[in-house]
Amino acid sequence: MPVVSMTVNGKPASADVEARTLLVQFIREQLGLTGTHVGCDTSQCGACVVHVDGRAVKSCTMLAAQAEGAEIVTIEGLAKNGELHPVQAAFREHHGLQCGFCTPGMIMTAVDMIRRKPDLDEETVRDELEGNICRCTGYHNIVKAILAASREMR
Amino acid sequence: MSDAASGEGIGQPVRRKEDFRFITGNGHYTDDISRPRQTWAYFLRSPHAHARIKSIDTSAAEAAPGVVAIFTGRHVADDGLGGLICGWTVTSKDGTPMKVGRHPILALDTVRYVGDHVAMVVAETLADARAAAELIDVDYEALPAAVSLSACQSAGAPQVHPEAPRNTCFEWELGNKAETDAAFAKAGRVVKLDLKNNRLIPNAMEPRAALGEFDKGTGIYTLHTTSQNPHVARLVLSAFVGVAPEHKLRVIAPDVGGGFGSKIFIYAEETACVWAAAKVGRPIKWTADRSEAFLSDAHGRDHLSHAELALDKDGKFLALRVKTVANLGAYLSTFSASVPTYLYGTLLSGQYDIPAIHVEVDGVYTHTAPVDAYRGAGRPEATYLVERIVETAARETGIDPAELRRRNYIRTFPHQTPVIMNYDTGDYEASLAAAMEAIDYKGFPARKAEAAKRGKLRGIGFSSYIEACGIAPSAAVGSLGAGVGLWESAEVRVNPTGNVEVLTGSHSHGQGHETTFAQLVASRLGVPLANVEIVHGDTDKVQFGMGTYGSRSGAVGMSAIVKALDKIEAKAKKIAAHLMEAAVEDIVFENGTFTVQGTDKSLAWAELSLAAYTAHGFPSGEIEPGLKEGAFYDPVNFTFPAGCHICEVEIDPDTGIVKIAKFVAVDDFGTVINPMIVEGQVHGGIAQGIGQALLEHGIYDVDSGQLITGSYMDYCMPRADDLPSFDLGFTTTICPSNPLGMKGCGEAGAIASPPAIINAVTDALGIRDIEMPATPARVWTALQSATPRAAAE
Ligand code: FES
Ligand code: FES
Repeated sequence: MPVVSMTVNGKPASADVEARTLLVQFIREQLGLTGTHVGCDTSQCGACVVHVDGRAVKSCTMLAAQAEGAEIVTIEGLAKNGELHPVQAAFREHHGLQCGFCTPGMIMTAVDMIRRKPDLDEETVRDELEGNICRCTGYHNIVKAILAASREMR
Repeated sequence: MSDAASGEGIGQPVRRKEDFRFITGNGHYTDDISRPRQTWAYFLRSPHAHARIKSIDTSAAEAAPGVVAIFTGRHVADDGLGGLICGWTVTSKDGTPMKVGRHPILALDTVRYVGDHVAMVVAETLADARAAAELIDVDYEALPAAVSLSACQSAGAPQVHPEAPRNTCFEWELGNKAETDAAFAKAGRVVKLDLKNNRLIPNAMEPRAALGEFDKGTGIYTLHTTSQNPHVARLVLSAFVGVAPEHKLRVIAPDVGGGFGSKIFIYAEETACVWAAAKVGRPIKWTADRSEAFLSDAHGRDHLSHAELALDKDGKFLALRVKTVANLGAYLSTFSASVPTYLYGTLLSGQYDIPAIHVEVDGVYTHTAPVDAYRGAGRPEATYLVERIVETAARETGIDPAELRRRNYIRTFPHQTPVIMNYDTGDYEASLAAAMEAIDYKGFPARKAEAAKRGKLRGIGFSSYIEACGIAPSAAVGSLGAGVGLWESAEVRVNPTGNVEVLTGSHSHGQGHETTFAQLVASRLGVPLANVEIVHGDTDKVQFGMGTYGSRSGAVGMSAIVKALDKIEAKAKKIAAHLMEAAVEDIVFENGTFTVQGTDKSLAWAELSLAAYTAHGFPSGEIEPGLKEGAFYDPVNFTFPAGCHICEVEIDPDTGIVKIAKFVAVDDFGTVINPMIVEGQVHGGIAQGIGQALLEHGIYDVDSGQLITGSYMDYCMPRADDLPSFDLGFTTTICPSNPLGMKGCGEAGAIASPPAIINAVTDALGIRDIEMPATPARVWTALQSATPRAAAE
């Protein structure tokens, strides 16, 4: 079995894994970081989104081996020094979550979205969320939270 | 400072206590929990909609790497386990009980839908279990399947269960046939409509999962599972399936990622995991992948109906006649028989004074996944029927749709409908008026004309809905066939340091109980919100509870907490009276402080809590040490949330794409504890309703019984860019039947919105009906065959 090594949330992580191991399995099962979720098997729902070298990636759609040497950030690594990331804080402030299952993926997607498009408007946010499914919120408050965070981070 | 003043009390948009763990990735959903020496289960499922199992050869699979054990229906039967049950018995109009087909946990000799459970492989890893399942050799004799809802009752249709001739589980009726027929005979006008209520697949984002464990030393089984009602699961698993005695079985529903009904039910996989954990002597984990969820979660809706509404010449409703065929799928699920009967027929009066109603419902088996409660459960189907036929009546009589509704609203309360329900309070006119104002109904013709200039078709649709929530008075549901009572329990434990734990039988899987329940307790006891912990979802901690569905957690679950708090206050006052040497009647409790009326003597909450446990000098026999009280609350009536949703759509005639231009919802939920959370519930419900109306459809191939919409590539979930932002409003009448005056808000959006949308789409297209979901293809096809009016604009 190949050894894969990467940096996860600022710490080195490496393990012997079967070649077919997905990045999300590596994160959840090898590293025990269960904040990243699996909501589908067709790369549609976005519950598994993490950052790979700063970009939002569906970790169910990438092999752990492909992340060799990469810099990974998961939802657990987003808050810095005990302080919530502005997107995390905005989700709470604007009630952008109910059951919380889609939330880690939504937040990781949103952070990347705001980085790429600092001048977000509602339509753009809705377009950009195409790859993230939420069954609880109707997206209304997720959109509100992302717009609020993007304004704050400007 | 009182809690209301500090922004934590009832009616305040308090930010959720539970959010921190979810936004930081620290939630604990079932699949996040692992145990040492844990094994993995994988279920081999039927590839056929209907087949006889001639033989199952597991020998090659047993020899495969990593395999720990393989179980089939034979093992389950040999162990004496019972099958899965339906907890509600419906009686047919001829007086016979519903005809129940056996529902084994793993199939014995017949499989009845694609995805039916054939064998369970337990292995060291999930990959091992999956690989071994491929090696199981099942010799099937494929049989013809009854898939079509309209054809499954015909003479030659393949039979799902020998117990149910013509695939008919029950032929139920409600209301007064003779009075209804008489009213139709003298009606000035009769409006008729055939309707389909499309099959939906719930799709909570967290797939179902289970972790079964067995402790050899104590003989105790533990099941972590994705449940909306862990106590009901334990009761069914012990009393009916016979996995273990109730006191030797602990069921824990930790963080649960959405339910919408689909996690109420007791399923084969969870049952098999906890049962087999003792057999293999190791913990067993199972998590559905999304494909399995599509195949085997209980689906929702799926009705075919014919409705007739009788009106007099002034547009006053005289009678409603309904005939519905409701798909139950291949097996009865936990509450499936109640959904198209008592949760459906009883709501057919809508918000209207209809003197006579008669409804007949045939519940039928087909070779498809079981159908049970999905957000709204029966009430969306009733509302869709009523609001579609009322809108059609408005168009056919030429009376403005708002005006026709107004002429028929119930205006005096209590109001006894012809279909069991006794509406306690409401003001339907108020929510209609507020919704019309919010959407600017007067301005609609101008908006329509402006859209036409851009080549777009604009339409508007109303929905005046009512639902029966706060489920439900135990005596009432018992008389209607329920196998359970539908009260709720609560226990309030005050610790010596004054902080409070509240154990509730309700279960939160997104509803925010940790916040709203704490708001209630904090404001009542005058303690900070942070000092209140809500405990739920564990049968070892909470003695019993009926769980969360049917918008019952506020009206029933919180009422139980109120009752327990009443007892806490009574006992605390007794202690305070003793400590301050005063009469109990003179003790006043306000903002967390006990005072003796007319004196400056006072005692803070924390002092009293400590004194309750030190118990020094309590007069023996008169005051017991401690401060902990429990209560069971059984509601005296259903609650009746109601309101008006209005939708405006714009259709592109070139593509058939329906865009929701405006969506207004005005709801009356009675007392609102936390408006932020209530609005969130409405948003989510409307999104699911829009999904039903425009996007979602569970489709089986009518010949093979294969699920065609078995993934997110084929089943169209509402995404952010399919939906608008919503415009919400509230009107309030206080529910008289529970102490807080709450009605419930969890299902309103899903109940009210589909007819509003379809009324708007048919208005825009100038047609009588269009099937849900009104996909671009259906809309475009309708346009091609529509009158030139629609095409030319
Ligand atoms: S789990 Fe990765 S997209 Fe659904
Ligand atoms: S909050 Fe439940 S799926 Fe989004």
